[in-house]
Amino acid sequence: MRKLGALCCCLMLFVFAGCSNPSRPSHKILLWHWMTDCNDTFLKLAQEYQKETGIEVDVRLFAPSDSYSQMIIAAAQANVLPDIYGILNTKSIVADFIKAGLVTDLTRDMNADDGAWANSLFDKALADKRFEEGNIYGVKAGIYGVPIDVTDEQMLYNKKLLAKAGIATPPRTYDEFIKDAQILNRVGITPFVSGWGELWLVDCFASNYAFNIMGPEKIFATYRGQVKYTDPDWIKVLSVFADLRDKGVLIDGIVTKGNKYAEQDFALDRAAFAFNGSWCVNVYHDMNPNLDYGVMLPPPVSTAYPLKIWGGAGSSFVVNTGSPNKDEAIAFLKWLTAQKQQVLFARQTNNLPSNKEALKEALRVVPPILGKFSKGMDQSTHPTVWPVNEDPLVIDVFDKGIQAIIIGEKTPLEVVRDVQTVKDRLMAKRN
Amino acid sequence: MDQKAKAAAIVKDNLQNFFFVLPAFVIFCVFYIYPFLNMVFLSFHEWHGIGPMHFIGLRNYKELVGDNLWWDSVGHAGYITLIALTFQNALAFALALACDRQIRMKRFYSIVFFIPPVLSEVVVGLLWNWILNPEMQNGAHIGFLNHLLFTSGFPQLVHNWLGDPKTALTTIAIVHSWKGFGWGFLMLLAGLQTIDKQLYDAARVDGAGAWKIFTNVTIPMILPVILVVMVLTILGSMQVFILVLSMVNEGLVNHTDVPVIRILSSMTVTNRFGYACAQAVIFGVVLVCVSFIMKKLSDRVKQV
Repeated sequence: MRKLGALCCCLMLFVFAGCSNPSRPSHKILLWHWMTDCNDTFLKLAQEYQKETGIEVDVRLFAPSDSYSQMIIAAAQANVLPDIYGILNTKSIVADFIKAGLVTDLTRDMNADDGAWANSLFDKALADKRFEEGNIYGVKAGIYGVPIDVTDEQMLYNKKLLAKAGIATPPRTYDEFIKDAQILNRVGITPFVSGWGELWLVDCFASNYAFNIMGPEKIFATYRGQVKYTDPDWIKVLSVFADLRDKGVLIDGIVTKGNKYAEQDFALDRAAFAFNGSWCVNVYHDMNPNLDYGVMLPPPVSTAYPLKIWGGAGSSFVVNTGSPNKDEAIAFLKWLTAQKQQVLFARQTNNLPSNKEALKEALRVVPPILGKFSKGMDQSTHPTVWPVNEDPLVIDVFDKGIQAIIIGEKTPLEVVRDVQTVKDRLMAKRN
Repeated sequence: MDQKAKAAAIVKDNLQNFFFVLPAFVIFCVFYIYPFLNMVFLSFHEWHGIGPMHFIGLRNYKELVGDNLWWDSVGHAGYITLIALTFQNALAFALALACDRQIRMKRFYSIVFFIPPVLSEVVVGLLWNWILNPEMQNGAHIGFLNHLLFTSGFPQLVHNWLGDPKTALTTIAIVHSWKGFGWGFLMLLAGLQTIDKQLYDAARVDGAGAWKIFTNVTIPMILPVILVVMVLTILGSMQVFILVLSMVNEGLVNHTDVPVIRILSSMTVTNRFGYACAQAVIFGVVLVCVSFIMKKLSDRVKQV
């Protein structure tokens, strides 16, 4: 009986010990990331760092990114976050992490030595986790994350397929694009593919044209509730999708296609144009090393405002405020984003480095196409740097509405009405 | 032994028994009861996952009652379940009946029919994505099904199966049935093999034909197994979601949404943890109701 009681006590102790915050030996930095294609490089860099400093960095990969994102939220709730991690979520959730005291303010470290660390990194990449004075999230102004790479989303064209259709140069305007798509259709080549089964990509494409048609101020005014989605400019944005559908530009089944399948289609010469991010260079190379392709900005539909593409920090890490190894973690991130390590990172992963000097050096060793992607950074923007963001519920209805337009179920007008209904409901709730 | 010693022995015996079940009880409480109660608690709050929770009473439930997308998704799961109950189980029963007879290579068939259920839903989704691919390259269909239809002289049947709202959900339901029929097949085959063969002999002596034997011997004897298979089919089909995700990603507008995907979407897309919990509670209630109805039906059938 006594033995049985002791056994039960041991079991309970075991159960509760499993729920407690695992203590780690000091000088061992724990890093959780989601970047499958970068894992080997992170491991290599961690070994290098240990050789140089004697500090061990335990790199752990948790993929895919959706699961990682949820795991970070669960770890935050259970107070078991690692020393270094990433927050793959909207800026408002990043703000919630900061307000909950889970993210270290790195401003002092970034600005030390006349801002040496901050100045070494691309400003647009830093902006991803920077909060300005008087921001709408109520977060103390500062820099809260370290960008590891930069990325942007542009259009790709398959040189072989364009040549086959007799198209000498890639289109520069929307009308030229539609004309080329019709030529491609005539010779039996699918004009355009993208992974629009993943709604963020649809949202990104629509956002490019929203900037082009109405400019940033009107977009932000809509998010604030000052302009309605039923405004003719928003109908124009959605009409782009209706037009792409009507002119036979889109690949069959685009609305349920995952980006991996879309990447496969483009890499295997099944579509002449694609819409994808700069990480695709690595992906296409793995799928078809002989793929001959170029990069172009999405062709503008209007001359009213410049077309903006999404870009900036590809991946950012933050430091856990409660970490016993906070200073070591910051020192490691400083080392990781230094020129030498960033060049190695770019060479190994074909990603654009976040370090300015490293980019210049890396462009000599990485595929030239990445250099073309890097030029698009000048025209990049991203929801994380906007002064205001739309409610995710509205975005969901908007993106699903685009899907409905593509499959011919709804008109742009019907979709903007649906979106505005949800927006009105949320605004009423907020007030 | 006096009364006092007897009572002490009973208490000791009970305590001993209690200690034996204590580990299981603790694990059940920690991993089932606590999360469940916590979920119910969260369903009365508005919460983004991080930061403060705001108590909003029954507002999430009130919103859920008027959420057409949610009830549509329940309807979609019901449709998939209906197809599974009919098509999947009819197929499983027919194959089990065939394998119960003295046919050649019946062990081989049993193994082959059990391959789809042991495959992961992601693998099944990827496989069927290739089969159903609507694209063309160099004038030829990439997807196996459309290629087969085209080359067999049925070009008019070539279709974008997952991209058309009219066919997407049915296609998913059929793939789900293809993946799931093996479980039913195995259980029904095991049930058929337990029927005493003398019953068939006796029926034959009484002059019963194949149909009479089937309706008056096979069906009544296997009815309890059929009911178990039906309950498991309902619970499994109502909760389907991995297959849907792997076949149509975030969905064909909302035409392929099922309840678990709506719950996931509330958590991961719109960061509404409280609302997601309310959806989960309501969905749990729906499943309990369905199981209860099936139990009542099963009891009534057994009495008959």
